[in-house]
Amino acid sequence: MPNLKDLKNRIESVKSTRKITKAMQMVAAAKLRRAQDAAEAGRPYAERMQAVMGGLAASVGNSDGAPRLLAGTGSDQTHLLVVMTAERGLCGGFNSTIVRLVRSRIADLQAHGKTVKLLTVGKKGREQLKRDYADLMVGHVDLSDVKRVGYANAAEIAGDILARFDAGEFDVASIYFNTFQSVISQIPTETQIIPAKFDAPEADDASTLYDYEPSEEAILEDLLPRGVATQIFSALLENGASEQGARMSAMDNATRNAGEMIDKLTIEFNRSRQAVITNELIEIISGAEAL
Amino acid sequence: MADMMQFDLVSPEKRLASFEASSVQIPGADGDLTAMPGHSPVITTLRPGVVRVQSADGDKSYVVTSGFVEVTAGSVSVIAERAHAGDEVRKDDLSDLLEEARAMAASAEADQKDGAEKFVADLVQLLEDMD
Repeated sequence: MPNLKDLKNRIESVKSTRKITKAMQMVAAAKLRRAQDAAEAGRPYAERMQAVMGGLAASVGNSDGAPRLLAGTGSDQTHLLVVMTAERGLCGGFNSTIVRLVRSRIADLQAHGKTVKLLTVGKKGREQLKRDYADLMVGHVDLSDVKRVGYANAAEIAGDILARFDAGEFDVASIYFNTFQSVISQIPTETQIIPAKFDAPEADDASTLYDYEPSEEAILEDLLPRGVATQIFSALLENGASEQGARMSAMDNATRNAGEMIDKLTIEFNRSRQAVITNELIEIISGAEAL
Repeated sequence: MADMMQFDLVSPEKRLASFEASSVQIPGADGDLTAMPGHSPVITTLRPGVVRVQSADGDKSYVVTSGFVEVTAGSVSVIAERAHAGDEVRKDDLSDLLEEARAMAASAEADQKDGAEKFVADLVQLLEDMD
């Protein structure tokens, strides 16, 4: 049986751990609300953008002069996977679920003889993927100094990706991030950004016939790069909310576990203390009897 | 009301404005246009400039850099990559933009020079209005 002093120290240390995890949980809760608001605020823009581009793509898409960002390069040999993860750990399975999805995708693509390139956003995903796929990494975006992800960050990442596309470094690009479902559930998601894909426009949208100024092609040409930035931006926001949600529930679990551990240790501590007292009593009584 | 239409201005980060307006002046890529209720549906790209909106609560102006506009008979939606509300914007923001615009006007190709210079003029005007 461990001695009393050790037990006491142990209890104290678990108690301070609980304080830390509790604090982290509350910070994550506050940040989550902000991240959710940001994701909410970005939605109207993204939706409009998608709707207009969807309509344009439907009318221009099949012609020969369709922009490369929409029509693709005509091959799907080289895939660029843009992996978005958190800059920090202690958020449960948040980073691992994305990395797991990416790994299975890489294995799948390589099995089909495709070339895979990786661009990581966020330190944690890079650390996990570096072990096995260091030779596939083509770049890394560090957002650890960015307090609040803004559109400028997304535009920068998009610029990087588009420059690589223009240089012919890849044929297909997809982004990987967690979609925020609720605090306890974040869904790892894959979205193809180049060539752009759109849901078929709804029938009632098609009934409005727009005039396009300058021309449909010119507008589409102008919008597609922006669409890439928009998709990356909403993925970043979604990921931010997911990260805080995941951290919140992970820290909630940790706090609860620490509480349980404290209870268990306290019982053990009390038992040992009682045992010590009983032992002393027995010694005193047997000593008195011996006289 | 028949002589009003819905005006929305959204940027990637937030919805900047959403109210009823009677007319909206838009700096389109192919020249300025003014949308009023009943305008035929148009989608046009924006050049950097000032969007002026007339509404029941008075006139408002917004500085937008790039993006596009969707006009229908009953609504105008400005989807701008960067936008500042004219009455909320700080002078510093505008001054920064003005610097950028001047640089752009100086280096612009001949066919874009007019637009860029107009944007500079618009910004100067807006700055003067604020004083």
